[in-house]
Amino acid sequence: MLLGIDERRERVRACRRGFEVKVGLAKMLKRGVILDVTTAEQAKIAEDAGAVAVMALERVPADIRREGGVARMASIDRIRAIRAAVTIPVMAKARIGHTAEARVLEALEVDFIDESEVLTPADHEHHIAKFNFRVPFVCGARNLGEALRRIAEGAALIRTKGEAGTGDVSEAVRHLRRIRRELRELFTASQDELVQRARELEAPLELVQEVWQEGALPVPNFAAGGIATPADAALAIELGAEAVFVGSGVFHSDDPEKTAAAIVKAVARPSDAANLLAASGESGTPMAGSAVHTLEERELLAVRGS
Amino acid sequence: MTAAGHPRPGVLALQGAVEPHVACFRALGADCVEVRDAGALRDVTHLVLPGGESTTIARLSALFGLDAAILEGYRAGRLALFGVCAGAILTGVDDGVRPRRWGLLDARFERNAYGTQLSSTRRRVELTPSARAGGSASFVGAFIRAPRIVAFGADVRVLGSSNGEPVLVEGPRILAATFHPELSGELRVHRRLLAL
Repeated sequence: MLLGIDERRERVRACRRGFEVKVGLAKMLKRGVILDVTTAEQAKIAEDAGAVAVMALERVPADIRREGGVARMASIDRIRAIRAAVTIPVMAKARIGHTAEARVLEALEVDFIDESEVLTPADHEHHIAKFNFRVPFVCGARNLGEALRRIAEGAALIRTKGEAGTGDVSEAVRHLRRIRRELRELFTASQDELVQRARELEAPLELVQEVWQEGALPVPNFAAGGIATPADAALAIELGAEAVFVGSGVFHSDDPEKTAAAIVKAVARPSDAANLLAASGESGTPMAGSAVHTLEERELLAVRGS
Repeated sequence: MTAAGHPRPGVLALQGAVEPHVACFRALGADCVEVRDAGALRDVTHLVLPGGESTTIARLSALFGLDAAILEGYRAGRLALFGVCAGAILTGVDDGVRPRRWGLLDARFERNAYGTQLSSTRRRVELTPSARAGGSASFVGAFIRAPRIVAFGADVRVLGSSNGEPVLVEGPRILAATFHPELSGELRVHRRLLAL
């Protein structure tokens, strides 16, 4: 049955309700490190190392790559155990377009949902209508148009997709540089070009105008995908990322405690060479990883959802 | 105060929402320093401990020797402080729950007192007459995974409350808020800090 006009008005109004508080939490995570964890013990290691949040997962991306199969939302028991272990915010991943997984995670009261290309997509055309939720969402983006489409759907935080589970930072670097360049190009456009820019970006004009006006995305932009060392994290920050997600990089290193603490230390003062040297020296041996250019096309995760 | 008598504000910039405070000071016409090491703290007269993750900020402050420098500056009367959310938690009295508190403000803060992010909300903050500074009696503040002030001493005054609970308090040369005035464009708390 079609909705009445009043109901439609109310639903459109409701889209932005609570948005400031959602973006507010994203702002509190700035200059932080968010670590992928699969157990309560790993969550404790993350918190002790100074992580600002943990991402509760069934398997880290490198293991999803190796083992294959359908990657889904983490089990309820696993998320509950991780949440019980720490006092910092707990995030969890839902499959792209899987509104029902997101409802489960909201009912579990996770602090943030990552609608993530690392999991097997549930919908090949649509993403979750994120503004219908009270819990904030983070989504991956490879370019400005993709970032603005996710924000239009209600995302309160954007992260680069990078190429998760590889330990190769080059795709995250590509996405950060591309978004930075596209922001610069939009900021220097003249106002009468904005409709055409919106068309090229395949993004809503309203958000394109907002970016043109402010010179920045309306939500924070973090880096994710392939970050494995303190220097990788510092590089991402130098390229404009406001915080970093580290997935397989910590718990696939030879010493997770040391690697996690070293990455946190590097992110606090990324352009301080002495600090970066100290952090690099204190880190564990990074994961071996696999260079992105050696992967088959079907192995790429970043192309999922656009 | 510096030799010239001008306040020199800073924001502890190891982790958290630093920029909104820098913007508040800029709107007040004050140049602001982002403090990442004890050296940068030497020139600062008024320091904001921003919102972020209190366990992370505590750990990094200890790692870079900033906690000791802040304590010393405050106790020597060189430094006035404003703790916001996570920053407020750090200023309070230690209660055995991590992170370890710095004991600068005679108040106890309960972390994540309202629950997860789903309990984060915008609420009206009512100001006491002395905190209004000739402006409105209330404004809307963002409470994000907010702490709660569960006890405070005789030398701590309530400047703002919400739903009958204290949310903005002042001790000797120190302010603490459990919410985020810097996210609402509210400048009066930062102005009050600079006058301390």
